[in-house]
Amino acid sequence: MLFFTIRRLISSVLVLLSSSIAVFLLASSTADPTAPFRQRQPLPPPAFFKAFKHRLGLDKPLYLRYWDWITGVLHGNFGKDIAGNAITPTLMERLGVTSRMVLGAMILALVMAIIVGVLTAVRQYKFSDYFFTVLCYMLIALPVFWLGALLKQFVAIEINNLVGHNVLFTLGEESAGISQFGTTSQIWVDRLEHLVLPTISLAALTFAGWSRFQRAAMLDVLGSDFIRLARAKGVPWRRVIFRHGVRNALIPLTTVVAIGVGGILGGAVLTERVFVWHGMGEYLLQNGLGAQDVNVILGWLIVAAFFIVTFNLIADLLYAVLDPRIRLH
Amino acid sequence: MTTVVEPQHEAPAPAGTAVEREFTVQARSQREQIISRFLHNKQAMTGLIVFAILVVGAFVGPLVYRWNYTDIDLSSKSVGIGSPHHILGTQELGRDLLALLMRGVQRSALIVAIVVGIAGCTGVLVGSIAGYYGRWIDNLLMRLVDLILTLPGLIVITVVAASIPSARSAIGVGIILGAFGWLDLARLIRAQFLSLREREFVEAAHAMGASDRRIIFRHLIPNALGSIIVWATLAAAIAVLAEAALTYLGYGIQGDDTSLGRLVSDGVAAADSRPWLFYVPGLLLMILVMCINLIGDGIRDAFDPSHKRVRS
Repeated sequence: MLFFTIRRLISSVLVLLSSSIAVFLLASSTADPTAPFRQRQPLPPPAFFKAFKHRLGLDKPLYLRYWDWITGVLHGNFGKDIAGNAITPTLMERLGVTSRMVLGAMILALVMAIIVGVLTAVRQYKFSDYFFTVLCYMLIALPVFWLGALLKQFVAIEINNLVGHNVLFTLGEESAGISQFGTTSQIWVDRLEHLVLPTISLAALTFAGWSRFQRAAMLDVLGSDFIRLARAKGVPWRRVIFRHGVRNALIPLTTVVAIGVGGILGGAVLTERVFVWHGMGEYLLQNGLGAQDVNVILGWLIVAAFFIVTFNLIADLLYAVLDPRIRLH
Repeated sequence: MTTVVEPQHEAPAPAGTAVEREFTVQARSQREQIISRFLHNKQAMTGLIVFAILVVGAFVGPLVYRWNYTDIDLSSKSVGIGSPHHILGTQELGRDLLALLMRGVQRSALIVAIVVGIAGCTGVLVGSIAGYYGRWIDNLLMRLVDLILTLPGLIVITVVAASIPSARSAIGVGIILGAFGWLDLARLIRAQFLSLREREFVEAAHAMGASDRRIIFRHLIPNALGSIIVWATLAAAIAVLAEAALTYLGYGIQGDDTSLGRLVSDGVAAADSRPWLFYVPGLLLMILVMCINLIGDGIRDAFDPSHKRVRS
């Protein structure tokens, strides 16, 4: 297992390294920071563009720019944006905001997917199975931002009216200024209330796919010989399901969850826009793509790649722990 | 679809019904079996019928409907559902929602066609080359695919779309989505080819002197046709949703033209003041994507009846 872990760790680092090259090529070949200035009337003189590019280091050869950037990133420095501000502190602050939503949504989606997946498999072709099947088909077919807007406009207002005051907030990640005057517990309650709706809308779509997968995995396991043996031995049904069924049916889900991380990160950008969060997504859209700022886009992409590769690594290791046959490959 | 799916397992069916029997046995080709299995699948047929009605309606409707999607009715801006002149109401400029929806479905259909066309051809080609030739070319291509898949697809597409201001049209969006849509198909085809190329019929073709190109196009690809069709339905559903997401982020359809995603995005902004602009396009998109998914599941079950119903 140790050897396996080391091998996986090394390969993940290599993947991340080559991913950084891909990210760099993608961002530097697409983003053009001079584009917003080219649309100005009258057009700035060529000397301006030259000086502008020189200031951002865009006149250097590509491999030098990559080297500068990657050595910076390895030291925890993501470079400067167009205005000359350091990106790292902003990016880390935004990352904190976004990871609340992303991790919350992942946990929620995972727990719900396991419960619903197992339930619908055990009660196959009963009412609850059909109910959740239809629900999942609907959720898979919805744009995440439409669902977010639906929750925001209609569910939040109903619930807030019911309770009598605002318990579900639809804008922002925390009430303005609360981090200045609130106590720690007040801040976290406030953040939690802001977190509920975005997390649900982000989790819903992922949950739908995962629960279908969990259902299929559980049906596979329930149809296998060792379950029949356990039943024949006279193990109680409940114990068969939880001890022998669910535990084995969870194994394939690890891979699916790891693959789903990229989708959740993409969905988080949309969800942040619906709920006007000041997180990574807004940073990417406004400061990155809006201003065509190469370093901001690079920062976002490499952080996303880091998350995806890390989750894949965790899934690989977890899989090897759960299913020892894997270690031999 | 003129190519006949080559039977994989079956013994050759006896031609005609020469033997006199109490009952007649009709030999059915594999294709007939697949079609018949699909026709007997209730969910899939429901999906297909609803889908056909909506899409045909979107293409035929504008011929008979009194409003064009570009028409601006200044006398009735922002009227709701069921108003006398506008069945589904109008948006804030006075454009008729039903006319816009029909145009939107048309444009989304165009986008889907472009995406499935580009991504399908690229994916089949890359997957075939990697799976058939193996060795270094397989390694190279698949590592490349893995690499792109370490990034969130939607964001990569958004970054690319943001740098091409001229691609804010249905065709532009279709091409960009298609350029990144082939990755999973390439993996799928490669995996199928790896096992298919070891089979006896490929060996037989080799022995008879068939060229690599002939083996790939006449023997291997037709055998992978089922997966390609299932992939196409999945890709169509994803393309509709991806276009909506891209448009919502501001890098999709712009200008006078519209699309399903554009209408849904605009509807989100109008959710509290003009709810019909929010509900109707959103529900239409959901129904269309659901139908596509149902059809896709039906086709997969028809090709491979042993397969359990999964969609992840």
